[in-house]
Amino acid sequence: MIAQSNLAWRHKKAMFFRCFCIGVTAFAVFILGLLIYQVSVLGLPWLDAQFLSSFPSRFPEKAGIKSALLGTLWLVSMTAAIAIPVGVLASVYLEEYARPTRLTEFININIANLAGVPSIVYGMLGLAIFVRFFQLERSLLSGALTMSLLILPVIIIAAKEAIRAVPGSLRQAAFAVGATRWQVIRAHVLPSALPGILTGVILAISRAIGETAPLIMIGALTYVAFVPEGPMDEFTALPIQIFNWTSRPQEEFHELASAGIVVLLLVLLMMNALAVYIRYRGTRAK
Amino acid sequence: MNKYLAALLGVFVVYGCSPSNETTPAGEGSVLSGKVRLDGSSTVFPISEAVAEEFIAVAPRVRVTVGVSGTGGGFKKFVAGEIDINDASRTIKPSEQEKAAANGVGFIELPVAFDGLSIVINLENDWVDQLTVAELNAIWNPDSTVVTWADVREGWPEQEIRLYGPGTDSGTFDYFTKVINGKEQASRADFTASEDDNVLVQGIAGDRYSLGYFGFAYYIENQDKLQVVPVDGGNGPVVPTLETINDGRYKPLSRPIFIYVNPLSLDDPAVSTFVDFYLENAASLAEEVGYVALPADIYQAAERRIVQRETGTAYGEGATLSTLIGNDG
Repeated sequence: MIAQSNLAWRHKKAMFFRCFCIGVTAFAVFILGLLIYQVSVLGLPWLDAQFLSSFPSRFPEKAGIKSALLGTLWLVSMTAAIAIPVGVLASVYLEEYARPTRLTEFININIANLAGVPSIVYGMLGLAIFVRFFQLERSLLSGALTMSLLILPVIIIAAKEAIRAVPGSLRQAAFAVGATRWQVIRAHVLPSALPGILTGVILAISRAIGETAPLIMIGALTYVAFVPEGPMDEFTALPIQIFNWTSRPQEEFHELASAGIVVLLLVLLMMNALAVYIRYRGTRAK
Repeated sequence: MNKYLAALLGVFVVYGCSPSNETTPAGEGSVLSGKVRLDGSSTVFPISEAVAEEFIAVAPRVRVTVGVSGTGGGFKKFVAGEIDINDASRTIKPSEQEKAAANGVGFIELPVAFDGLSIVINLENDWVDQLTVAELNAIWNPDSTVVTWADVREGWPEQEIRLYGPGTDSGTFDYFTKVINGKEQASRADFTASEDDNVLVQGIAGDRYSLGYFGFAYYIENQDKLQVVPVDGGNGPVVPTLETINDGRYKPLSRPIFIYVNPLSLDDPAVSTFVDFYLENAASLAEEVGYVALPADIYQAAERRIVQRETGTAYGEGATLSTLIGNDG
């Protein structure tokens, strides 16, 4: 009798926890849906070829996000080109080569801490080092280097976790047949760790796309009516343009901001889809 | 895989290069090339953006860029010689002048428009007909004892007055506290502050017992949601309008906004042409984006200063309408 009621109670608890989880998830999805619904309703009427191919303007009907969109694409591509190799190689070193000394531990703790540093601090660092000291001015390169610093800890931590999850037996089997450390890493560790690494990269790049504070700090511009043609050009980016439009008094600019948000979400989605596709190919190849 | 990446990159490149050169209008501007770098106040930004937009229509090979670092942030770059022009919603401070002098950077100060700080209340507020400067001071001073509307004037409702205003970093806050409370940054602290004026609009529109202040452009765009309060600065109550701000009747809450030009940059024809263009068009473009034109003689005086490369500040710290007209009229 007692055992039976206990069982019923345990089932009830299990059911309750399940419902609780569903509720929490539903709430998150609901909020996201609300956001997407709101920006779509306001922004979609403005979203057309003209919007994508025009420079900013004081007339909402003439204004567009060409310079901001291309600025963001340049910025994110350059950031990825800098941060991914550095981040992945650093984590390979820390996991595969470095001996577990005090120094290594110190570095690991520091990287974990850096992941939590507010982004504006990276902006100040970028302003002092890249813009002023190296005299790169307010260029795409300064922006990309600053963003790389910002996302490196995220990439390194994710890549380290992924590399650590590769079973030791795999490495030992390769060593046993005479593979060098480089061959082991290239042929076994990295391919096995790829999905995990890519997840970290996706999160990091997504963060870089949405980040505004460090860009404003290093002096990325708000009104730019030309397309950047090289890494030393001045630029603006989507979040900056969106922020500027939301702070305008005219209602139409707020709607333009919503259209900008839709574009930003689409860019994010495209980048993520690309990474998911690469990850899918990576896992299927095994 | 590489095939897809290449295709994707190709799309970006084609998109980036295609319609960038639209029309190349004839005229002297079209052969001009170079860079004009502006930064500074978000208040002045809409005017500078409008001027830049019109300027590159006649001089398409000049790259004009406008940043928004705030008046103070812009001055930091300006005194370091990193930008040609700083947008400023207040005059340069002595500390900034010292830094400029230490770096050998001069500045030419040019007023470009007026902003009329507007006192606004909820649409359902049917008791306030006007406010005097003394009453505004009683409400906003740091030692204010005003809690309810009845404390402001007898007969008004005994309901708590809820205050809205711009954040303490903004030039609007500096100017308002200076002319109403007599000292920059001196204000009671228990009000809802936001750097985003649209937040203030929302707050006041949704609260019957509210009172707030912000730039004229935000009132004009939200006339259907808010009421503006006529302000009595000593000569009877005046409603802020394009006309009363322009001719100086709306005082003391009309404030001039400026651009600061580095005289060395004027040696670059791109910059000097841009500055001339700015002064010629500031009056009409300022009104298009919600600001108020200055009297014509002030623009002429500004042009004289450019021609003569007259550096230094003419208005001192915390310029107001009367100093502007007094010194330059």
